[in-house]
Amino acid sequence: MRLLEFQAKELFREYGINLLDSKSSTKIEEGREHAKELGYPFVIKIQVPVGGRGKAGGIQKCQNDDEFEIKYPQVMDLTIKGEKARAILLEKMADIKKELYLSLFLNRSKRCYTIIASAEGGVEIESVKNQIIKEVGLGEVSDEVAREVAKEMGLEGKTAEGFVDTLKKLSKLTIEKEAELAEINPLAIMQDDAIMALDGKFVTDDNSNFRHPELQKYQEKSEIEERAEKSGFSLVELDGDIAVVGNGAGLVMSTLDMLSDNGGKPACFLDVGGGATTESVYEALTLISKMDKIKGILVNLYGGIVKTTVVAEAFLKAYENNLIDLPVFSRLKGTESEKATEMLQGSRTKIFDSIEEAINAAVMEVKK
Amino acid sequence: MIDIFDILKGKPEDSDYKKKGVIIQGITGAYGSLHARNMMAYGTNVVAGVTPGKGGQKFDDKVPIYNTMQDAVDATSAKISIIYVPAKFFLDAAKDALEAGIKLLVAIPEHVPVRDTMEVLNLANEKGAVIIGPNTPGIMIPELIKVGIMPPMPFKAGKIAVLSKSGTLLYEISDALTNAGFGQSITIGIGGDPINGTRMIDAFDMVKDIPDLEGMVVVGEIGGDSEEILAQRIIDSGFNKPTVAYIAGRAAPKEKRMGHAGAIVMGTYGSAESKVSMFNKANIPVAKRPAEVPVLLAGKMEKSD
Repeated sequence: MRLLEFQAKELFREYGINLLDSKSSTKIEEGREHAKELGYPFVIKIQVPVGGRGKAGGIQKCQNDDEFEIKYPQVMDLTIKGEKARAILLEKMADIKKELYLSLFLNRSKRCYTIIASAEGGVEIESVKNQIIKEVGLGEVSDEVAREVAKEMGLEGKTAEGFVDTLKKLSKLTIEKEAELAEINPLAIMQDDAIMALDGKFVTDDNSNFRHPELQKYQEKSEIEERAEKSGFSLVELDGDIAVVGNGAGLVMSTLDMLSDNGGKPACFLDVGGGATTESVYEALTLISKMDKIKGILVNLYGGIVKTTVVAEAFLKAYENNLIDLPVFSRLKGTESEKATEMLQGSRTKIFDSIEEAINAAVMEVKK
Repeated sequence: MIDIFDILKGKPEDSDYKKKGVIIQGITGAYGSLHARNMMAYGTNVVAGVTPGKGGQKFDDKVPIYNTMQDAVDATSAKISIIYVPAKFFLDAAKDALEAGIKLLVAIPEHVPVRDTMEVLNLANEKGAVIIGPNTPGIMIPELIKVGIMPPMPFKAGKIAVLSKSGTLLYEISDALTNAGFGQSITIGIGGDPINGTRMIDAFDMVKDIPDLEGMVVVGEIGGDSEEILAQRIIDSGFNKPTVAYIAGRAAPKEKRMGHAGAIVMGTYGSAESKVSMFNKANIPVAKRPAEVPVLLAGKMEKSD
């Protein structure tokens, strides 16, 4: 899961990484209390699980009560890359000398953690210059390696000590929480040469959640996502109008691609998992019925072992129970497909021989 | 260098040539037993099963069950094992297999924590063993041996190697290949996780020197950079058999995990554009749709004639 900045900073604080004073809130009343406690000036920062907040106006300086009353609701109402504000973080202003970049990530091809550091931080990673990249194995970063990185960055004295300390603490945190990415950008050198984490990005391995009950509170799931997970489905909500359902992540991605190529707009990615049963397809249709804006459903199933008649039963049951009243465009590869087509005669589900035909029909239908 | 065909098939002088023994870990579970039967129906020589606490029993009255991998290996001398246990128990099952001397371990479970996979890979390295997966459909030589969960229908024996991150796309594309007259010499499921026991380049190294290989199909998806690294390896090695790629996830939004734990684009890392442009650089055409794969492959073959 991807933690919000204030959540990442909670973990940073727990591991002793230097931070400015800050407080998170979800309501302006709460925010007003925090403003009093912190004192002006401070920065108002939107909490969303995406980057590019500054450019989108999600980070605003705030000097007094009047500005606070205007800017807090403004920032709270922003939508950045489709993501609404989860919270607002008020953070004291910093007197910065220099901005650095530091991250630790799981290097997939090298199969080890890798440090990326630079003396020129504060911009997106793609534009960070003079990157120092060091593969560090699976254990915690040693004092020696941390010192080497500091030296390569040209840090000295108190600043170097602070950097080494931060890197070692970040590494301990990354390993203990089984993170895929821990990023501090910018990592600031203050006027007094102290090192401070001004931002925080932290992505953990969802598959290790069962070992980390302490991270459970950061789990953010909509009701639909929760139901999907319970059924063993993978669901990603998108902003189009055709729901895309299939079995296997690769096949559903491929269906999204082809739908987009043909001018369709996917409303969701729904992978019901390797097999498909009457129950799983019925549950998938139930989840779709709870989503807004859907005008049609595209189903692409490659069932080696699956009987298409079993899937057809789910569609019939869904219409019978008035669960859905949407047209379904379906390509079912598997046994008994002739019988399935017969069963669905006269219903709003059409079966096609190829996914291309199903997609074309779906796109035509929603454009009507 | 490990010869995957030597492990899966053996040499003509071997007494168990073309019938290498396979052990199934988790044979009595719902999933394990279903696929144990499917594998046997396909002709795979399943010689033992392992379920702790059920040692001494027999699966379907014919396959002996043991409590540990050591017992199973001692009794059968098998070098291949396949794991069907829940993700939480994968680490212990895999260690048990590697310690017992297994040389090819196929890891079916999805949702294995990355840290567990890395620990298993380190051990496999020490022991000189190959891991396929986790989160893989498995590996097969069509019409000879299946160590995995693939349905049999899409596959036919032939001379094309297929490497795929995705399971259902492997079936879909092999089906299209088979219908176009391209049988498969071997299919390797890389898996959908961020860390794979056998990466795209490792799989390439396993297949590139097959004597009668006529072509290769690479089925990738967004996330990581294994396709890019493979493309570079193909350029560097001068591999000149007709090769076609397919990449799923062009329309996926950034920073969203698309079903597979590994299918996520972070910034530009893992994007479809990056993979497609590297394949283009390697002179490998990338199909827009699964159905286009055999068409492009046929085109490549015509040119190379």
